[in-house]
Amino acid sequence: MKTADLKLPVLKTHKLYIGGAFPRSESGRSYPLVRPGAKKPFAQLCLGSRKDLRAAVDAALGAQHGWAARSAYNRGQILYRAAEMIEGRADSWLALLREGLGLTPAQAERALAGTIDALVYYAGATDKYPQVIGAVNPVAGPHHNFTTPEAVGVIGLIFAEDPDPAAIAARIAAAIAAGNTVVALLPGRAGGLVAEFGEAFATSDLPGGVVNLLSGSAAELASQFGSHMEIQGLTYLGGDHAVQTELERLGADNMKRYLRPGGPLLALERVLDFVEYKTVWHPIGY
Amino acid sequence: MIVNVHDHDGRSQGIAAIPVDAVGIDERAAFFGKRSIKAGSKLDLFYLAIRMMDLTTLEGADTPARVRQMCRKAIQPASPMLTEALSKIPGFRPIPSVAAVCVYPLLVPHAVKALEGSGVHVASVATSFPSGQASLATRLIDVREAVAAGAHEIDMVINRGAFLAGEYQQVYDEIAAVREACGAAHLKVILETGELGTLDKVRLASDIAIAAGAHFIKTSTGKVQPAATPQVTLVMLQAIADHYRKTGVRIGMKPAGGIRTARQAITYLVMLYETLGPAWMTPDLYRFGASALLNDVLRQIYKQYTGRYYYDKGYSLD
Amino acid sequence: MTEHLAHASASPATNGHPRDPAPAPGGLVIDYAPSIESDKIVQIPARHQLYIGGKWTQPAAGRYFDSINPATNQVLSEIAEADASDVDAAVRAARRSYDRTWSKLSGRERGRYLFRIARLIQERSRELAVLETIDNGKPIRESRDVDLPLVAAHFFYYAGWADKLEYALPGRKVGPIGVAGQIIPWNFPLLMAAWKIAPALACGNTVVLKPAEQTPLTALKLMEIFEEAGLPPGVVNLVTGAGEAGAALVAHPGVDKIAFTGSTEVGKIIARSVAGSGKKLTLELGGKSAHIVFEDAAIDQAVEGVINGIYFNQGHVCCAGSRLLLEESVSGVFLDKLKVRMRQLRVGNPLDKNTDIGAINSIGELDKIKRLIELGKQEGSSYFEPEEIKLPQAGNFLRPCFFSDVASSHTLCRVEVFGPVLTVSTFRTPAEAVAKANDTPYGLAAGIWSEKGSKIHKVASGLRAGVIWANTYNQFDPTSPFGGYGESGYGREGGRHGLLPYLEILG
Repeated sequence: MKTADLKLPVLKTHKLYIGGAFPRSESGRSYPLVRPGAKKPFAQLCLGSRKDLRAAVDAALGAQHGWAARSAYNRGQILYRAAEMIEGRADSWLALLREGLGLTPAQAERALAGTIDALVYYAGATDKYPQVIGAVNPVAGPHHNFTTPEAVGVIGLIFAEDPDPAAIAARIAAAIAAGNTVVALLPGRAGGLVAEFGEAFATSDLPGGVVNLLSGSAAELASQFGSHMEIQGLTYLGGDHAVQTELERLGADNMKRYLRPGGPLLALERVLDFVEYKTVWHPIGY
Repeated sequence: MIVNVHDHDGRSQGIAAIPVDAVGIDERAAFFGKRSIKAGSKLDLFYLAIRMMDLTTLEGADTPARVRQMCRKAIQPASPMLTEALSKIPGFRPIPSVAAVCVYPLLVPHAVKALEGSGVHVASVATSFPSGQASLATRLIDVREAVAAGAHEIDMVINRGAFLAGEYQQVYDEIAAVREACGAAHLKVILETGELGTLDKVRLASDIAIAAGAHFIKTSTGKVQPAATPQVTLVMLQAIADHYRKTGVRIGMKPAGGIRTARQAITYLVMLYETLGPAWMTPDLYRFGASALLNDVLRQIYKQYTGRYYYDKGYSLD
Repeated sequence: MTEHLAHASASPATNGHPRDPAPAPGGLVIDYAPSIESDKIVQIPARHQLYIGGKWTQPAAGRYFDSINPATNQVLSEIAEADASDVDAAVRAARRSYDRTWSKLSGRERGRYLFRIARLIQERSRELAVLETIDNGKPIRESRDVDLPLVAAHFFYYAGWADKLEYALPGRKVGPIGVAGQIIPWNFPLLMAAWKIAPALACGNTVVLKPAEQTPLTALKLMEIFEEAGLPPGVVNLVTGAGEAGAALVAHPGVDKIAFTGSTEVGKIIARSVAGSGKKLTLELGGKSAHIVFEDAAIDQAVEGVINGIYFNQGHVCCAGSRLLLEESVSGVFLDKLKVRMRQLRVGNPLDKNTDIGAINSIGELDKIKRLIELGKQEGSSYFEPEEIKLPQAGNFLRPCFFSDVASSHTLCRVEVFGPVLTVSTFRTPAEAVAKANDTPYGLAAGIWSEKGSKIHKVASGLRAGVIWANTYNQFDPTSPFGGYGESGYGREGGRHGLLPYLEILG
């Protein structure tokens, strides 16, 4: 080893976030995160593989029942804690957004504020949406009948390559607010956000496996999301119509719930995107 | 919950409190009225209903004369006018006597005399009917006097106060004591379901009465509303079915009060048939406690034979 | 007639018991009369056309197929067979009507039409019930007491929503989607038409409906009622036909929304077909619903619930409680009681008011069910059917039956039979019951029987199913959302939630 090398900044390899841990891709592959217009990479990102995806889905599946069983209040507390964690690491986030992802300082400030806003919004939603969308139904007989929303299960989120941390925070938070667990692919440059989001979730009492984050290639992994039988809901934000079509076709095998992109980011109906409605009947009498 | 009672030999009998779902009972009870029955079979059911009837008078104003008049009707339910009208119909089967007359203990001797040789039984509501609010000793005297006077059947009331207070052993002991006092007479145990509050309690009272030695279980005194309903009757039949399944012993059933029309009677018989089967379709195991029902059944019998109704004057008042 | 209870008695020893006044059964046997509902009330035309843009229209290709009475296998009527060009005409008519008329009406005006339709259905309910029974094979008691009252109630319920849509999703402005293509099954023909059409119209959409080829008659009759109610032409269009017409409707680019009720197999084909099209899709598909009975249940009512759960409508019910899970401690007595009760069931002429189980809907379905029963026997679980139940000579009839000692790996425990076939397995703990209940890709419904409230809530929250009936089964109401989890489909029908698939959020 030459001593001259020690003077260079260490090029970090950001890891994946799976099951509450930060593993490297099992494939050993990585790709550089390069700011637009820059020559040198900001960091190396793991190029997530099929096996990484499967491990992430297993983790999400294992965590889902327990997460959904937590009280709405507890889920809200944890989401709020994640917002606090990001706020506490504002410097690190801003550096990433500017130097890693190429945002102007003003853009970076806005993106960070949007990210925190999203987490706070959904922290306050966990115990509201069931009241907004739940119902006691006045059936015409001697029965008590009520409808409550429940989690769908494991949700796949495939984000756009162009990094939009507020959107990523909003979609993930909306999904887990309802008790779902998430496997998210942050492809291309968006993968640069895996480390900071992972750090926030890992330190906010969020149980391991509730959120799993992969960096990598949408071209390589999207169809794997589509065909995975344990992913019960999927949103694709990459904007490629052919990919969207392919995913919808693949997902029919296990009747995946699809959310097509659109609508406001901060809205209760984002939580409703991935809920089932359960209606319970019980007789009234003695 | 298991209710523990001891029989008079000190043997423990655990009676499980069987839960009943009231809405499910409503739905099932409503179903029996929807069956439609072949004309010939309907006529058979009307005849059977008469043979199952306990013609009843339980008024403060009852007199020996009133009882004698009712006994006459019990032996010969159709008035002479109606009998004559019916006898002209080809294939007409004579109208049978009812199963029993049911009277207060003081009137038993008059009924016994009036019914002598008729085959119609005398039933008596002993045990300080209808409230049962007297000492056990008094109630047992009531029973023994009625039996001594010739009553074939005793209709007792359970101690609802003790039952609702959770004194199940006392309820059981009193029934067992009455059963013993009955001697050869058959015992019908009135639960007075209208005072029990829930179908779960109706079921528990049925099971205690059966365990304590009832030959029949009976819904009501007729003095409390509601009296017999399809719902409580169904719950009691289910208790009887379970007892038969466990022991092979058939207990009888008597809905009493509120059954006024032949159509209602048929619904009750369809319920009996579909719940306990044809073995129970006999006066030995099923009775109707009623007074107004008889004339309506006669009316329907006439209609079955002729396709039209006889006029009201053709039916005797009592 | 054999003695009912003796079959179930574990100890039929009645010998000389002092309290047994009638040791030998000798009571009266009731003879239930065939009480046939008159079919004089319905006139079935020899031939039915398509209903497009308010006009009875001959199919472009001039082809017709037969609608069969499953109780007799006789032809009831010839039905127009729509092809892609007919479907295209229907979609265009629906679009025209949407653009020019229906989307321009106020909610109050739309509601008025729906109220009027509900009333007309009530007034003609006997005729519709008889027609449904003739075409479908279900007992007249069910079409009269269940299907028709629910059909009218469904229109009545959604009529009242038409001018209150601002409350459908609080805080959001909503509007109609456009043209809805709706494909419905043969098991509840008119009820499924009502479930589809009423919310679609209340929300301001127009409709192209394709009823099942086996049972188009009541939907066709419904078009007459729409005409009588003065519903503008093209608001609802009806194309009859089989898979080809359905596929053309699903694929048509002028359709904005597809709603399908039917098998999971076809549901998946439809989902693949609309992939990438941007069409909204709701699917109400198959099921293999668990019916859980705990030892602390009201057992006699649970027996009734299980009977109703699986033998209602010949078991042709997507939410049928087809997997009975019994707590082991009560399984013996429960099955005894179930057998006694099954012997009471009367299978026969669907028009007979005493019939409990009517005709299997088609020869094809009958063959399929029989094949599955044979397979069940081969796989070695024990089989019961009440052999004393007499079946009519002609028509498609089947005795109710069950397989006990069934393991999760048995075919019958996994596939949807869609007939009067129940599987029975046992469990030891509530957690095991929930795990077994959820051991299916489906998730439509489930039943729970227990008198312990806290247990019911815990089990209900653990079950992955859209409809949970606790201490009851197969209850339906227009105010109550219906629909499944997982491969039982997505979207809800009924209630406020049933509006959402027919609305666009505008902001």
